[in-house]
Amino acid sequence: MPPEAGRSTDEVTYLEAIRQALWEEMERDEAVFCLGEDIGAYGGAFQITKGFVERFGEARTLDTPISESCIVGVATGAALIGFRPVAEMQFGDFIACGFDQVVNQAATLRYRYGGRQTVPIVIRCPCGAGVHGGLYHSQQPEAWFVHRPGLKVVAPATPYDAKGLLKAAIRDDNPVLYFEHKGLYRRIKGPVGDAETVVPLGVADIKRPGDALTVVTYGAMVHPCLEAAARLADAESVEAEVLDLRTLAPLDREAILTSVRKTSKVAIVHEASRTCGVGAEVAAFVAEEAFEDLDGPIVRVTTPDVHLAPFSPPLEEYVLPNTEKIFAALRKLAAY
Amino acid sequence: MRAPKLSDDQLQEMYHALRLSRAFEERLSLLHRQGKILGGIYSGIGQEAITVGSAYGLRREDFISPLHRDLGALLVKGVPPGVLMAQVFGKRDGLSRGKDSYLHSGDTSLGVYGNTSMLGSNLPVACGLAYGFKLRSQDHVVVAYFGEGAANYGDVHEAMNFAAIQRLGIVFVCENNLYAYSTPFEKAFAIPEVSVRAQAYGFPGVDVYGNDLLRVYAATQRAIARARAGEGPTLIECKTFRWHGHSEHDKASYRTEEELLEWKARDPIPQFERYLTEKRLLNDASRDEMTARVEREIDEAVAFAESSPWPEGPEALEDIYAP
Ligand SMILES: Cc1ncc(C[n+]2csc(CCOP(=O)(O)OP(=O)(O)O)c2C)c(N)n1
Repeated sequence: MPPEAGRSTDEVTYLEAIRQALWEEMERDEAVFCLGEDIGAYGGAFQITKGFVERFGEARTLDTPISESCIVGVATGAALIGFRPVAEMQFGDFIACGFDQVVNQAATLRYRYGGRQTVPIVIRCPCGAGVHGGLYHSQQPEAWFVHRPGLKVVAPATPYDAKGLLKAAIRDDNPVLYFEHKGLYRRIKGPVGDAETVVPLGVADIKRPGDALTVVTYGAMVHPCLEAAARLADAESVEAEVLDLRTLAPLDREAILTSVRKTSKVAIVHEASRTCGVGAEVAAFVAEEAFEDLDGPIVRVTTPDVHLAPFSPPLEEYVLPNTEKIFAALRKLAAY
Repeated sequence: MRAPKLSDDQLQEMYHALRLSRAFEERLSLLHRQGKILGGIYSGIGQEAITVGSAYGLRREDFISPLHRDLGALLVKGVPPGVLMAQVFGKRDGLSRGKDSYLHSGDTSLGVYGNTSMLGSNLPVACGLAYGFKLRSQDHVVVAYFGEGAANYGDVHEAMNFAAIQRLGIVFVCENNLYAYSTPFEKAFAIPEVSVRAQAYGFPGVDVYGNDLLRVYAATQRAIARARAGEGPTLIECKTFRWHGHSEHDKASYRTEEELLEWKARDPIPQFERYLTEKRLLNDASRDEMTARVEREIDEAVAFAESSPWPEGPEALEDIYAP
């Protein structure tokens, strides 16, 4: 069954947006194929590839054994001879089992070939906490990959970005890690672009304009940040600008600087744990490049350095950033 | 299935590859002792019958996925000796343009997937190449190499199982040189042969004496024919021995002198020369001619590498991302 496709005004779920992107790219380009566990007749753990086998056949909707290393390696090998594979990690947590193939094979390939080779693969990683998945179904491992040159890393927050970024990732000639947040799959709805709407990689997006402070965020945290910013505007008439990074590697440093120079204050919010997270890089970068423009301390709201995510609801809620915690941090920063 | 008969010209060509590979690696050792090259050299001297015998006769579109001792396979597949030498030197005309050393690069236009140092992790990528050929209904094959030491790395299992399920056109060549760095076979395996593992995946595993060029060639050709016919993978285990240490500064004190002498007496090159002599394809004069020819080729390769410019510092920041 084709996706509930597309006029750009249709509101679809985040999950449906991903499905549309995959479907349309497979329609558009023979070189694109999908591989992963249970993605064939079953349609994938989250039903993203439901109906793909009927349309594209088993060879292009390849059910693999539980072999994450092999999934990434096969994608890389096929990319070497002109394919554009999209590999699915059933849960992003399991990318750790294929880590070597990502960071040592795919990421280094172009470099060790002296620039004579491209590696157009996408690895989709359903990630994120807030769904009581426990330690092995909630991780946000994006920073592992942001630290490795040669990889691009994206983390969409809305259906429009999810679709447009996945299309851009598939069309990009580099290995791209695509972190889709499980908690957004069915919860978030919105319009999406048509078959040719791509959201360029490496470009951040102002999700809410403001002049009093900048909130740099990405992924699922975009939504509580928007809520917190709205509350701040209501409560204190303070307008916070919410900058959605969308792509974590390469980072849109220009957009961060522009916003921080305008507002003079910055808070960074992410779901991943704190130390050496993406926020650490943003903070260091702002300190290096915009120190003179700052009117307050750089603030981070993140999960503390615990495993994402403890299972019991009170534990999970305790560690995850939410609207309340973000609001409190923004208010304090605004008052500084 | 029998291996295709080799013509006299083909036998001469294989002989050249064998000698060129040996001479190349001997020169690398010498250059290393002279301090002229940086980085590790992992000599495959003693194992040439495997790399030459298994890579010989592949089509240009077929791929090899070599590991650290498989320089011979790259030469057979057509990577110019000068380019390989420049690669070892870290010069701009090397495959990596100075970005990495030795066999860590490749050339897809020649059907060479160069590996990383993560032993055995080339095999999933090799499966991806083979899967791509399958998707396009092309009967190209992939010959993927690994050592017996690497056989115990998890990716090897994942790759073999996947290749079996998909009946990929791939030939796994395990070079069992009895030691993984200092670790003898018995300390890493509780089974007598690596090849028996193929049974567990559901494809043939064969054990071949790796110092006999023609036997390796015949076994690989049978496996390649099987692969082209869509019948799936084969694991070929080739027993052999490396003469040098793990790398050039390893004295290899973990093995005995007798063991080494025993295997040196089984040098694959004189063995093949005896065969050629019997067939009247080789005599003292043509043997000397070959010596002179490969020395000349290596001299040219070294000269090419030496004259190739060093990359400039800022080039270190290039080639990380495709535009
Ligand atoms: C995954 C991995 N672990 C460890 C090493 C370090 N290492 C390099 S070569 C080697 C021994 C390899 O033995 P084998 O695979 O039998 O090949 P050989 O060197 O004998 O040809 C080791 C342990 C490595 N390169 N990769």
